[in-house]
Formats: sequence, C-alpha cells, structure tokens
Amino acid sequence: MKGQKRIKVLMAMPALESHTRGLFTVASMFRDAGMEVVLLGNELPERIVDTALQEAVDVVGISTYCGSPVVFGRDLLKYAEDKGIKKNTAFIIGGIFPPKDEPTLKEMGFCGVFPPGPGATREKIIACVEGAVKK
Amino acid sequence: MKLVNKILRGDVGAASRLMKDIEDEAPDATDELKKLYPHTGKAYVVGVTGAPGVGKSTLIDTLIKVFCQGAMKVGVIAIDPSSPFTGGAILGDRIRMKYFSKDQSVFIRSIATRGWTGGLSKHTLSMIHVMDAMGKDIVLVETVGSGQVEIDITKIADTSIVALCPGGGDEIQTMKGGILEAADILVVNKADREGADDLKLKLEIMINRRIYSPDQWKPGVFLTQASNGAGVAELMEEIFRHKDFLITSGGLRANREKRARIGLHEAIRSYVENYISEKIANNTYLDNLISDIAERKTDPYSAVSEITDKLIGTTIK
Ligand SMILES: Nc1nc2c(ncn2[C@@H]2O[C@H](COP(=O)(O)OP(=O)(O)OP(=O)(O)O)[C@@H](O)[C@H]2O)c(=O)[nH]1
Ligand SMILES: [Mg+2]
Repeated sequence: MKGQKRIKVLMAMPALESHTRGLFTVASMFRDAGMEVVLLGNELPERIVDTALQEAVDVVGISTYCGSPVVFGRDLLKYAEDKGIKKNTAFIIGGIFPPKDEPTLKEMGFCGVFPPGPGATREKIIACVEGAVKK
Repeated sequence: MKLVNKILRGDVGAASRLMKDIEDEAPDATDELKKLYPHTGKAYVVGVTGAPGVGKSTLIDTLIKVFCQGAMKVGVIAIDPSSPFTGGAILGDRIRMKYFSKDQSVFIRSIATRGWTGGLSKHTLSMIHVMDAMGKDIVLVETVGSGQVEIDITKIADTSIVALCPGGGDEIQTMKGGILEAADILVVNKADREGADDLKLKLEIMINRRIYSPDQWKPGVFLTQASNGAGVAELMEEIFRHKDFLITSGGLRANREKRARIGLHEAIRSYVENYISEKIANNTYLDNLISDIAERKTDPYSAVSEITDKLIGTTIK
C-alpha cells in the first residue's frame, strides 16, 4: 500500500464559548491548505484528548475567546500526557487572551500561540502547523 | 505487545494508529490487516445514508445512546467529502455526536473520501475490519450526504438505513434514485416538521406498489426526531428485526460473501493502481503511450492490453 499522507487537525473550543467564527475560519484555512479538519465544537479537555486519540490527528487546535486559556491548556496537556499523545501531537491555541499568557502557554507545551494581531496571519499559522508536523 | 494483540484487546490508540496507516496507505498496514482479518466478521454493520442535512449524524448520535444502553460496543465511521481542488476536508459529523461513554466503548472515526466516489472512502471496509477486531458489536457508517442515494453503502452494510426529511424539496428526486432498492429501513427524520406524516405516507404507497415475495424483506418507514430521540428506540428494534430476518433467511452469510467480494475487488484494484503508478507512471513509458494515443498512432484499447501484458504476463482482450 502506498498513498498520500494528509495532515489531520482537530479543532475545538472550551465549553461555554460562544464565538464560533474563529474556529470555522481557521478550520476553512486548514482545509484550503489541503488538510483534513475534524470539527468538535465546545468540549471539555478530557473529551478533546479522547477525540484526538480516536481520530489519530497530528494537530489539536484550540480557539478561545472568553475563558482562561492557561487553566484550560494545562488540563488539556495533562490529559494528553496521560493518554500518551502529547509527544506526537502538535498543540496550538488562538483567540483572545492577555499577552502575559503567551509565554506560559508556550512553556506548557503549545507549539503555536496566536493572540490577535500581526502574529496570527494565515501564513504563519499554516507554517507553524506544517513545521510542527514534520518534526 | 504486538499491535494486533493490542487492537484485539480494544486498545483505542493502537486501532486508531492502524486506521491512519490504512488511510495513508503505509506499507505495513496491509501486513497488519492480514493478521487482523481472521478475527473479524462478528460486528453488525449498519449504514446510514441520505441527503445533506437530513440528520444522519444526529440520528447516529441517538442510536449510539440506545445501543450503549443495551450494553453494546459501538463503532462509528463518519465520511465527509474531500475538496476536489485542494484535497482538504472539513469533517463535521462529529459535532453532532455528543453522546459520550466514559469507558471508551464508543469509538468514532471521521474520514474523508480522498477522491473516492459513491459516498464512501476507499478504505471504509478495512476501517470496519479494525473496529470489528476491536470487539465492536455494531459499526455504524455515515455516508457522504449527497443528492442521490449512495448505493455503495448497501454493498457493505448488513442493514441500510435511508434517511429523508420533510421539506427537503428534493425528496421526490431522492425517491427516483432507487431508494426502495437501497433501503432496508426508511427513516423520515425531523418528524416535528410539517409534512413528515405526508412523506411517510407517500413512501408507504411507493413500497406497497412494489411486489415483495414472502421471503423478501419489505422495508418499513419510521418517523424519528433525532434531535430529541423520539422514535429512535423503535428504529433500533427494527434494525434487530432485520438482523433476525437476515439470520433466518441466510442473508447474513450472503452479506459476508458480498463484503468479501468487494474486499477482494478493492484489493485488486488498489494493487493494480499502485503497480501502475509506481512501476509504469514513474517512467516515460506511460507518457509516450499517451502521446501516441493522442496522435492516433495507437488507441487506448491496444495500450491497455500492452500494459496488462506487462503487469500479469497475459494480454487481456
Ligand atoms: N427539527 C429537527 N431538526 C433536526 C432533527 N434532527 C436533526 N436536526 C437538525 O438538522 C441539522 C442537520 O443535522 P445533521 O445530523 O448534521 O445532518 P446530516 O445528515 O448528518 O448532515 P451532513 O452530514 O452534512 O449531510 C442540524 O441542525 C440538526 O440539529 C429533528 O428531528 N428535527
Ligand atoms: Mg452528518
């Protein structure tokens, strides 16, 4: 057997978030870049990780606008570690959060952190994902 | 522990990785499938097809729930189309599948068609085998939602459900496309909407116009409201009634043979396609043939004989 490999991304957001636009915009962006995007919507960290495991995704993308990304991110990455998918999965997060959270999120294991602004362009997000998957 | 043993014990990570390799057509995937195959053949396969937005995913979500309440282990394969332009895909069925089992007895996998037509993906059958080997009692397959009825699912499912809903506008169109032949069970979803009873009646009239011999299964029409679960328990009962019918009529065995036939055909097709793309398409041989065909120095029919001659040493006439 021999065929084409495709990057598979899971897009989700924390429970109770109601801003879905960011999630759909980024999902379409990934699709247009030739990736396969599983949409999940609002979920608890535990379920996002279980889904990532079932779907064997390369990337988990979190879109957050109103929650506390640091708490959510820590839970998410802890479950990912427990389930043994942290090492082989790239975690990225984007949306609205205070700039001071950025280094904390990177430190805990998000390889891409995209607060609003010039850092979160289409090119940069895709380059980040493609780079992370290659590793 | 070996991958196969892990899968047989129901290890989600192991099964999931193998499914990825199957989709990516990684070289080792075939060997693993060979080892798994003797352990398959137990799961009951239910297909759900129907136009976009009729509620297939929502229906599957409620079916998962009733199956789980019956202590059954459930696998789901949800297929969405790949973009023909970029190859990318949005796999959105899962957003409706909110039922969650803590014990991991429900395994949902979203897959893209990757250019395969007919409402399934190229590797749907292999994916079913993996879920089967994991010990799933039921595997539900959601086909791509399309205007016409996706007949391919009926070739691999034990029970095929065709879902419709009132006010789709194209309901009559769907009826033309041979749903009665394709469906073991017809579902009119969105029963809360106006016109549901009407649609049910129309379908029943169509069914009653056909002649069924006593040993033939006659599809029933069921009203459901997938969004709140109404009618779904009855639908599950009907699935099992159909299963019992298949057991007593020998249809279950026939289905196995049907799947084996398709599995073999697909394996051959895949082998031939890969052989051609690796051994022939990589050199200029095919390009030369193509320009010869274009310039009418040869024709595609002679060219294919030449290729099959190279492939299996016999000319296919
Ligand atoms: N009113 C009503 N709406 C429903 C019912 N079941 C599903 N829906 C809604 O119909 C919409 C489509 O449902 P899905 O389950 O995504 O439909 P689908 O057939 O899987 O769609 P595709 O996979 O895109 O082809 C959603 O907004 C559901 O909430 C129902 O019984 N009644
Ligand atoms: Mg769906």
